[in-house]
Amino acid sequence: MYAERAHGMTASAVRSLFAVANRPEVVSLAGGMPNISDLPLDVIGGLVSDLIKDHGTQALQYGSGQGELMIREQICEVMAEEQIHGHPDDVVITHGSQQGLDLLTRIFCDPGDVILAEAPSYVGALGTFAAYQAEVVHVAMDEHGLNPQALRQALLTLRAAGKRVKFLYTIPNFNNPAGLTQPLERRKEILAIADELDLLIVEDNPYGLLTIDGQDPLPAMRSLDDTHVVYLGSFSKTFAPGLRVGWVLAPHGVREKLVLAQESATLAPSVFSQFVVSTYLAHWDWRAQLDTFRAMYRERRDAMLRGLTEHMPPGSTWTHPTGGFFVWLTLPEGLDSQAMLPRAVSARVAYTPGTAFYADGMGSRNIRLSYCFPPPERIIEGTRRLGEVINNERDINETFGLKSFTHTPRIHPGPGPDLR
Amino acid sequence: MTPTTDHTVLVLSGGLSHEREVSLRSGRRVATALRDSGYTVLESDVDQALVPLLQGRDDIVVVPLLHGETGEDGAIREVLELVGAPYVGSRPAPCRLAFDKSISTAVMAKNGVTTPHQVALPHDIFRELGANALVSALGGALGFPMMVKPARSGSALGCTKVSTPEELPAAMVGAYAYGPVAVVETYIEGVEVAVGVLDTGDGPRALPAVEIRPQSGVYDYAARYTAGATRFLTPAQIDDSVAAACAEMALRVHERLGLRDLSRTDLIIRDGEPVFIEANVAPGMTETSLLPIALEAEGGSLAESWSALVEHAVSRMSK
Repeated sequence: MYAERAHGMTASAVRSLFAVANRPEVVSLAGGMPNISDLPLDVIGGLVSDLIKDHGTQALQYGSGQGELMIREQICEVMAEEQIHGHPDDVVITHGSQQGLDLLTRIFCDPGDVILAEAPSYVGALGTFAAYQAEVVHVAMDEHGLNPQALRQALLTLRAAGKRVKFLYTIPNFNNPAGLTQPLERRKEILAIADELDLLIVEDNPYGLLTIDGQDPLPAMRSLDDTHVVYLGSFSKTFAPGLRVGWVLAPHGVREKLVLAQESATLAPSVFSQFVVSTYLAHWDWRAQLDTFRAMYRERRDAMLRGLTEHMPPGSTWTHPTGGFFVWLTLPEGLDSQAMLPRAVSARVAYTPGTAFYADGMGSRNIRLSYCFPPPERIIEGTRRLGEVINNERDINETFGLKSFTHTPRIHPGPGPDLR
Repeated sequence: MTPTTDHTVLVLSGGLSHEREVSLRSGRRVATALRDSGYTVLESDVDQALVPLLQGRDDIVVVPLLHGETGEDGAIREVLELVGAPYVGSRPAPCRLAFDKSISTAVMAKNGVTTPHQVALPHDIFRELGANALVSALGGALGFPMMVKPARSGSALGCTKVSTPEELPAAMVGAYAYGPVAVVETYIEGVEVAVGVLDTGDGPRALPAVEIRPQSGVYDYAARYTAGATRFLTPAQIDDSVAAACAEMALRVHERLGLRDLSRTDLIIRDGEPVFIEANVAPGMTETSLLPIALEAEGGSLAESWSALVEHAVSRMSK
């Protein structure tokens, strides 16, 4: 009865285990919810009240499929923070950048087409690609993110095999889940390959402004190349995910198709949400607000790294993000993070197993830990519990002499968006 | 049926078990059914507000729909007994017997019910005696394929069918992730059925057997809770005599384990003979759960049955 593309949409035991994560007893290091408690809610409340009083008939009306002009202009100012010189005409507003990704996949991918993505890559993107029956091929990363040689090799090999590679999907800043960032030089190398081999790049950048070590945001890939790069931006991490406002900055031809695709998907993105974001940007010092967020996330990142140093057993390694929400933990050899999750739930700590971030069954030794939502002392407590869980699991594994695990390749739905 | 009691129904669901999500789904469905029948229904998770709530009111009847530990191991029912709240379902001690597969299987075998050959082992014993020797002994005693399960868990979580000796260690580790004791059983090849038992005051009666045919061949978590992933046949496509034997077994399990009000027995029919697999004291009530399917198959509804169970629990208290 259902379409072929719905066959992967099944109930998942792993996902069901996340259900306990929203209970207060559990320290959840599993979700990706930003901590928005520092937003000036009284100010925003007043702004929204005025918005409805003064512009209600516009804000509550249908709008353009491309999105409202005033917010597209403001988005160009936001993008300028990462040195992008975009034009409002080339901006398409989407229902979060997730919908931007959905529309891009819709207009580019037929079943069987290949999308290149980092190894590991964002679980929500893998789900979108799977929904369009695109095939994901992962490209290795090193400490500077996506590896250019591996990218070139993968692209040439796939093309030689007659595969249609539609685009590279990359998160250059504070990659979800790995927490890694491509330095400027690395971005240029990847763009050079894109230019030489005529490869489209989809640059997903929800975290780029959340630098937490005092550094300036790096120039976006799109700032270096406006022909090969389609850029995805979002207000979900810098303002309010509940409003669901993101955008795509795309070359003219792509933009035209995106607007038509948006109209057939939703008629128009939420006008009200766009007005709220626009009002916030116009009347609140959003740059200062970003600094508040940066300080808050720095404290949490530091707690996470301190907790891991104190509580992880020998043989574990982890990334040291300089922004964003996530640390990528590699467990001692022989441990399987997915098999270990029920044990963690019993110990009242939750995480996302690494397998969620691979379409090919890899990632069993990895865990994504998020430091965005729990306060620092809870993060430390979470790492303490996790350390015990790992030690107990390791005991059992040693008893049974287990060395390695393979999982059937499948798309795991990952934690829901409302998971802490 | 319209409510004859003015008690408020408190549906308990959620909890901190691995089956929290399933429990929340069961709870929402039963709460809706009882509301539609005219009851005043509160829904609650199991948390620190629960005991004060129950102590502060004497007009509450509890419907515990907690799956997994706390819900099915008798713990929450001990608390309900302690505060004197009427509730639907089995008393604490029988729950303890039924929930732990290492106990319920042994008890039923002793009562003449056919069960798989089962070995129950805590994880410590492997460390103390060495895993290699024990794993090999398990293979020798039970043969392959075999089933490995956590002793105390539901929804097939942590359960693995093991076909070769090489697969056994990972399956054991998978089961121990859910708790300290695992059971290893001979694999029973046959037709999977579930038989619900309902007692609303006139004595326990067996509901029609539901036959389970997962499209993937394995009735795992995805097959259980993805709508359409499993075909349920009610009544099961089995001979009347076999159906009668299944009903008889479910009733015997209900009675011998001392269960009350409702239960579900899962069994596999091998060569025309039912084999006991497990008993459930808090059977799932989700859209894809077996007991509600059986109720609908006999022309009843979830709302009617739960109304009767609630009335029965209230009247039991006032006796």
